[in-house]
Amino acid sequence: MTGERKTILDVRDLQIVLPTGGDRAYALSDFNLSVGAGEIVCLVGESGSGKSLAANAVMRLLPEPHVRVSRGTISLDGQDLLSLPESSMRAIRGDRMAMIFQEPMTALNPQKSVGWQIDEVLKLHTRLSRAERKARTLEILGDVHIPDPASTYNAYPHQISGGQRQRVMIAMALVLKPQLIIADEPTTALDVTTQKQILKLIKDLQQARGTGILFITHDFGVVAEIADRIAVLRLGEMVEQGPASQILLNPQHPYTRKLIAAVPALTPPPAKPVSNEPVVLEAKALRKTFAARGGFLSGKRDPVTAVKDLSFQLRRGETLGVVGESGSGKTTVSRIVTRLLESDSGEVRIDGRDLLSASRSELRALRKDIQMVFQDPMASLNPRRRVVELIAQGPIVQGVARDVAHARARELLSLVELPPAAAERYPHEFSGGQRQRIGIARALAMEPRVIVADEPVSALDVSVQAQVLKLLADLRDRLHLSLLFVTHDLRVAAQLCDKVIVMSKGEIVEAGPTASVFADPQHPYTRSLLDSIPGRDWEPPVRDVA
Amino acid sequence: MTVPDTSLASASVPEMNPAPARALVLWRRFRRNRAALLGLILFAIVVLMAAFADVVTPGDPLRNAGPPLTAPLVLSANPLGTDQLGRDVMAGIFHGARISLMIGVVATLISIVIGIVIGAVAGYFGGKIDGALMRVTEAFQTIPSFILLLTLVAILGSSIRNIVIAIGIVSWTAPARMVRAEFMSLRKREFVDAARNLGVSDVSIIFREILPNALPPVIVFASVVMATSILMESALAFLGLGDPNFASWGNMIGQGRAVLRTAWFCSVIPGIAILLTVLSFSLMGEGLNDALNPRQRK
Repeated sequence: MTGERKTILDVRDLQIVLPTGGDRAYALSDFNLSVGAGEIVCLVGESGSGKSLAANAVMRLLPEPHVRVSRGTISLDGQDLLSLPESSMRAIRGDRMAMIFQEPMTALNPQKSVGWQIDEVLKLHTRLSRAERKARTLEILGDVHIPDPASTYNAYPHQISGGQRQRVMIAMALVLKPQLIIADEPTTALDVTTQKQILKLIKDLQQARGTGILFITHDFGVVAEIADRIAVLRLGEMVEQGPASQILLNPQHPYTRKLIAAVPALTPPPAKPVSNEPVVLEAKALRKTFAARGGFLSGKRDPVTAVKDLSFQLRRGETLGVVGESGSGKTTVSRIVTRLLESDSGEVRIDGRDLLSASRSELRALRKDIQMVFQDPMASLNPRRRVVELIAQGPIVQGVARDVAHARARELLSLVELPPAAAERYPHEFSGGQRQRIGIARALAMEPRVIVADEPVSALDVSVQAQVLKLLADLRDRLHLSLLFVTHDLRVAAQLCDKVIVMSKGEIVEAGPTASVFADPQHPYTRSLLDSIPGRDWEPPVRDVA
Repeated sequence: MTVPDTSLASASVPEMNPAPARALVLWRRFRRNRAALLGLILFAIVVLMAAFADVVTPGDPLRNAGPPLTAPLVLSANPLGTDQLGRDVMAGIFHGARISLMIGVVATLISIVIGIVIGAVAGYFGGKIDGALMRVTEAFQTIPSFILLLTLVAILGSSIRNIVIAIGIVSWTAPARMVRAEFMSLRKREFVDAARNLGVSDVSIIFREILPNALPPVIVFASVVMATSILMESALAFLGLGDPNFASWGNMIGQGRAVLRTAWFCSVIPGIAILLTVLSFSLMGEGLNDALNPRQRK
């Protein structure tokens, strides 16, 4: 695959300056990268590595003058892009190089039909007649495997699914047959099964048309799936670059090794012997329907059933994973068992005590036993409170004296491996992983029996993710906690959970010990989920981080 | 999340150099806006005038202090002249600063407090409570506020206390809508769920969890309310509905109106005082906005 191919994009010695007062002077320095025709180059890095800025620099879409290129050259098919006037740049964008964004819902104009938006690209860059443009648009929609191009042409972005929207974005990028496509995390917002289809689509189209693709991602699974060549970025520095097979199987730089080691392995550890511990949390026949609110004149819409007839048991010291794609009702389950959301019917018992019919004062006492760790460590901590107040808040509400609660909060900080000085700080002074530790400490302060964790690591970088998961597992074993772990990430579930329940459309389609569900899935949906995990055929070479 | 915390295992918290106090950070951001500094200086001058009114111009500002309708810069005893009853204009300006500030502050407090309570309850609980409260708000908004003010003052009588209360009552609707909008977006944030999960009561969530996060735009808006309160009082006084027992700027303009063609300074000087005071509030509001919502700047 390393034969002589034409170089489409050549970036030499690129340096991008950041405004003074930032955490570093240069977003990127000494950045060299080339993309050949028909080649997929993956630019991998964690948040803050400068990978998106690199893409924006190529498109000349940097927020100048605060952030600008201070040195280096970028050439597209031999033509220097940095010296071009803005008007010529506009002609190149969309025509000779195009971009696919992460979030197709926000990248598409919600006020215009899909057909209109693709048509606009053609109108700007070609002299085709109206009829020819429509024919081209329909053709490209067919090429990206949109089931019914004619009706999608007239649809608005909100009327089609997330996967379809991303297909439309790709169609828009491809319609003028660009030489280079920059894809900035194009599948991060999608479910795994959709992600798999989109990755395949990108790969097929690229092979058919010989387009060069610069693919930006943080996910090594995705990288393993599609990359020809890989470049790894850390804090604006290129640490390693090379053919995909070499980097994935034999990484040289310690940082690359660490990143790859942090990817959770897909094979679950062997199942523990069946637990005889008492059942701590039990849910029976939970049901939740969201009444769709009709407008004053628009009449009623059909209600949506988020969870139907769901039951499970969680034993002491055990971890139960709830996995499924978006819209499967897994988050609804986590909110019902903590009674942040009222269930329509069914019961939830904690140590035999009914949570759903508890009165206000009973509920306050019961909440002590079931605590929650939230998904977004930025949004789940009140920005106006100091860390020690955040952690001590629960016990104080439960009637613990203020100074006792504060002292206990400080002890908890060391338990979640944060320094004592953290107590007096505000949440915004911490990184994502550290904030999630604060969230865990807050849950632990109540000395709960059950912790419900709703996607607690999905907002974190892989290397941080591994540390937080390890901490959760450690604490669970040391404090003999039970964990209800809601996740969309099957790799994470494989490593952490003793048992899993797989949800689809509000129902459990399969349940059982993790090892057996992963090794021998019974339900077709479980099988398709497992098949869609990106990079499932790739076995990461290093295995020193659990 | 700008810096990936790869060095976390060593339990070191990066960039933990002592952060400057919050007030200092706010002051720095405020200071960056020159117009806001000008506003602050103007405001300080008004406050000083109010504080030293009895020192600079001792005695009752409504007493006869010189020959009527003396032009400014003629008599050293009346540097800004006198009105048709021989009252010293400078004394009126200094003592009027007290009345204007008092009206601005108290009326703003009344309107903001009503606005916060109604907006917070409507935004937090939503549904029927929200519907009912918002219809009440709309009822107030559909009546032009100055007409309502005139009606209230006509009914209650034009004592200074009634005027302040009436101004508060007609200007709470905008802050209420603002607080409601803030609450509607903040109540969906996970930290509210986190607090509920800890067993925190609704009242406590509204006032101790959400409100501090919703306040910055309201504080900025308070400066606008303060400026309009002063204008409203002046307008009332201009129409002769002010409290005649106090030397407010509006009263001075209202009485100077009669002699506007012969003795312009009787209306123009208090007019300038009102202009500068209102300007100072709006400039400071701008600066506060920069200080409290740094991300809103382009």
